[in-house]
Amino acid sequence: MPLIDIRDLRVSFGEGVGAIRAVDAVSITIEEGEVYGLVGESGCGKSTLLRALAGLNPNWSGAMTVAGQILGPRRSTAQYKLMQMVFQDPYGSLHPRHTIDGLLAEPLAIHAIGESDRRIVEALDRVGLDASFRFRYPHQLSGGQRQRVAIARALIVEPRVLLLDEPTSALDVSIQAEVLNLLDDLRRSQKLTYLFVSHDLAVVTHMCRRIGVMRAGRLLEEMTVDALLAGGTTHPYTRHLYRASAGYDRRLADTAEVLDDSDEEIA
Amino acid sequence: MTMIVLGSPLAIADESAPIVSVRNLRVAFDTPHGAVEAVRGISFDIAREKVGIVGESGSGKSMTGRAILRLTPPKARVSAERLDLHGQDLRALDERAMRLVRGRRMSMILQDPRYSLNPVVRVGEQIAEAYLVHRRVSRAEARDKARAMLETVRIRHPDRVYELYPHEVSGGMGQRVMIAMMLIAEPEFLIADEPTSALDVTVRLQVLAILDDLVQSRGLGLMFISHDLNLVATFCDRVLIMYAGRIVETCPAAELRRARHGYTRGLLESLPRIDKRRDRLPVLERDPAWRDAPAVSPREG
Amino acid sequence: MPTSVETQTNAESPQPGAGIRNWLTAEIPGSAVQARAQRAYFGWIRFLRNPLAVVGLSVIVLLVLAAVFAPWIATHDPLVQNLATRLQPPSAEHWFGTDQLGRDLYSRVIYGARITLYIVLLVTALVAPIGLLIGTLAGYYGGAIDVALMRLTDIFLAFPGLVLALAFVAALGPGLENAVIAISLTNWPGFARLARAETLIVRSSDYIAASRLQGASSGRIVGMHIVPMCMPSVVVRATLSMAGVILTAAGLGFLGLGAQPPSPEWGAMLSSGRRYMLDYWWMATFPGLAIVLVSLAFNLFGDGLRDVLDPRNE
Ligand SMILES: Nc1ncnc2c1ncn2[C@@H]1O[C@H](COP(=O)(O)OP(=O)(O)OP(=O)(O)O)[C@@H](O)[C@H]1O
Ligand SMILES: Nc1ncnc2c1ncn2[C@@H]1O[C@H](COP(=O)(O)OP(=O)(O)OP(=O)(O)O)[C@@H](O)[C@H]1O
Ligand SMILES: [Mg+2]
Ligand SMILES: [Mg+2]
Repeated sequence: MPLIDIRDLRVSFGEGVGAIRAVDAVSITIEEGEVYGLVGESGCGKSTLLRALAGLNPNWSGAMTVAGQILGPRRSTAQYKLMQMVFQDPYGSLHPRHTIDGLLAEPLAIHAIGESDRRIVEALDRVGLDASFRFRYPHQLSGGQRQRVAIARALIVEPRVLLLDEPTSALDVSIQAEVLNLLDDLRRSQKLTYLFVSHDLAVVTHMCRRIGVMRAGRLLEEMTVDALLAGGTTHPYTRHLYRASAGYDRRLADTAEVLDDSDEEIA
Repeated sequence: MTMIVLGSPLAIADESAPIVSVRNLRVAFDTPHGAVEAVRGISFDIAREKVGIVGESGSGKSMTGRAILRLTPPKARVSAERLDLHGQDLRALDERAMRLVRGRRMSMILQDPRYSLNPVVRVGEQIAEAYLVHRRVSRAEARDKARAMLETVRIRHPDRVYELYPHEVSGGMGQRVMIAMMLIAEPEFLIADEPTSALDVTVRLQVLAILDDLVQSRGLGLMFISHDLNLVATFCDRVLIMYAGRIVETCPAAELRRARHGYTRGLLESLPRIDKRRDRLPVLERDPAWRDAPAVSPREG
Repeated sequence: MPTSVETQTNAESPQPGAGIRNWLTAEIPGSAVQARAQRAYFGWIRFLRNPLAVVGLSVIVLLVLAAVFAPWIATHDPLVQNLATRLQPPSAEHWFGTDQLGRDLYSRVIYGARITLYIVLLVTALVAPIGLLIGTLAGYYGGAIDVALMRLTDIFLAFPGLVLALAFVAALGPGLENAVIAISLTNWPGFARLARAETLIVRSSDYIAASRLQGASSGRIVGMHIVPMCMPSVVVRATLSMAGVILTAAGLGFLGLGAQPPSPEWGAMLSSGRRYMLDYWWMATFPGLAIVLVSLAFNLFGDGLRDVLDPRNE
């Protein structure tokens, strides 16, 4: 049985004429221990999907099961423990007035997990930060260090699933390499399952074995990374995505517009 | 007298004349633990071209851009031997004159759209406001212009997005809103600080194409700050590589992949590659000697 | 019981006694207390760089000292009348002169500091928590709660503060306590508005989402995450509004609706001095100066605080 089973998930914002389906009938299954990559253009609903799965947005329809538990719009405290999320922006996801110690102590207090001192030091150690960081404020850390703290906070409640929303796009490449290596190590040692959102195909192919491509709220196609690299894509958008990953190319930019227009017609 | 007509090529006699010229720029902060130099004497010229600035986090890329626009935090001490826009000395301008330059003649796409947008004002209105500040037009005109601008930056439903608040737009949309806001006044010189880090590759291509067009057709000078080496190598004309507040290497963008400096090589190595799978990514090993390397002259490369 | 970790880090960082300064400036704080103390210490250093704010703070400290030690500082009893020495100009005996009943003006101004401080503290203690609570709740929950609470504040905001205070005092009857209540009623909506605006900004941030994901309850989020973010601006606003509170209190006193005679309230003193202003200038001048000085001091202090508490300056 898959660890994560999403069926026919729909999320809309607004009502009436102005309403928008941010996620439209998406079904995804993820096995335990897998790293599933989600790519797609900006605004296509990747974050919305993650937030609905995490329990940050109760207005969805469809069915979601994680580790055998059927998730409803409201989550119990225990269900929150199952999945944690790491946000894109390490500057915005840590409370500026709390020390690292306070940030890590909060989930322990909420879930009444004891031995908080030991756990906090351990959690920091796991993400490669020594105890000297414990009583600093977020503004005293670099972007990469903050992202490590965010990962430590997510892992301290011992979740089974980590939802990663572009965890390295705000980091520079040398730090990105550190964080990606760290995530890889943690997955092995803590037996985690990742749902990894990124728009950087190079990062996704590095981290994942299987990816899903989203566009305008829908899941266009799913494939293995090996198939993608072998050129086995069926959808022109995925092909375009792959080619665009090589860097800036003026001609490709112009064909993207053609692609855009043809797409509007279908929609 | 030269009048600059907007939307048409800027009145510049010489293609290669620098739009912005910077000599020995320094930015320092006084902290409780002593002074910290964020930018340590850098010099460069930017003409009608796309100049990439790459370097790791904290190397002073954003501070350099902010110092040119005088947007550094109040605590920062900025000094420069020269800081010219079209030969006009920006250091001599008072705050009022500087406000006229900012936004109108030079602008900056700030790194973090979420923090740079007002969270309680609709994004469309913020773009319109940016236009109203510099133009004598009616509100309705500004609104139309802002809508058009959203379309220019390839936002799919400009009318809907116009009405959204910053927390309701996706990361990539926020970034494009920011770009729209900065381009709407049609500046001569643009500093783009990680303008596309939250955009997926396909939209990124299109947004870059817009900037490219502005450089080609209107003679915009573009300072493109990024840590995406692949992107800079393919998009820009020239690249300056910064480390610890200095420019340690400059080269034509096409030759970035053959860069010599150990730091640049390390950055290139740590990029994940689609065509070459590795189990672990090599992590940059810093050499203390890089810090003290002499600054590179502005004309080189 | 200290855990092994704490003892270890404490051993590394210098003890407070060994050098408070080192402890406060250590690059790596070893405990939560030290981290907080450092934050306060660096804030204090930043504050000291603003000379005007320091002047403001000094005046406020003087005001507090005057209020606390009034019996020792004052040269006369502020209430004792002596018709033989009425309307005396400032002299060695009566530094600020005497009023129409022969009371020593200097002593009255000193004792007046008590009343001013009393009003300021009471109003702040009433208004800031109420405003903060209403504002954060409205901002966090939004929807119908927000609409209801904000319409309520709109009603209060629609009237000029002094006019509303006048109406309340007229209804409640004159007197110091009623003046405090009236001023508080006119003051809280500003705090609520401010707290709501801050909450709206904070509410959609990722760190709030992160703590919701950890299962934090709404009460916990408002109390532990949103309120600390609103605090700096509320504190600044409170200090800045103290000037207004003092002026309103003086205004009520001036109109005979605040503190009642013979209490040495500055506004009431100014009011009675007004009748004698042309011939006996000192009677209106000294209480008036006291009002101006103290309200100015609160404004300067508030400006300094704003610079220190603004998280962007860190
Ligand atoms: N709170 C909201 N109110 C209204 N619309 C919203 C809200 N949140 C998201 N949306 C809309 O939902 C769509 C999907 O947004 P989402 O953030 O999921 O995109 P994304 O795929 O994560 O994009 P990016 O890669 O740019 O972050 C967008 O059109 C966005 O405007
Ligand atoms: N207010 C401040 N006080 C002290 N130092 C500061 C302050 N703001 C920035 N700095 C320092 O200035 C240096 C340069 O920062 P800058 O923002 O220019 O880096 P950057 O190259 O843009 O990095 P990134 O890629 O992370 O955006 C950093 O080392 C930072 O620590
Ligand atoms: Mg997103
Ligand atoms: Mg930067």
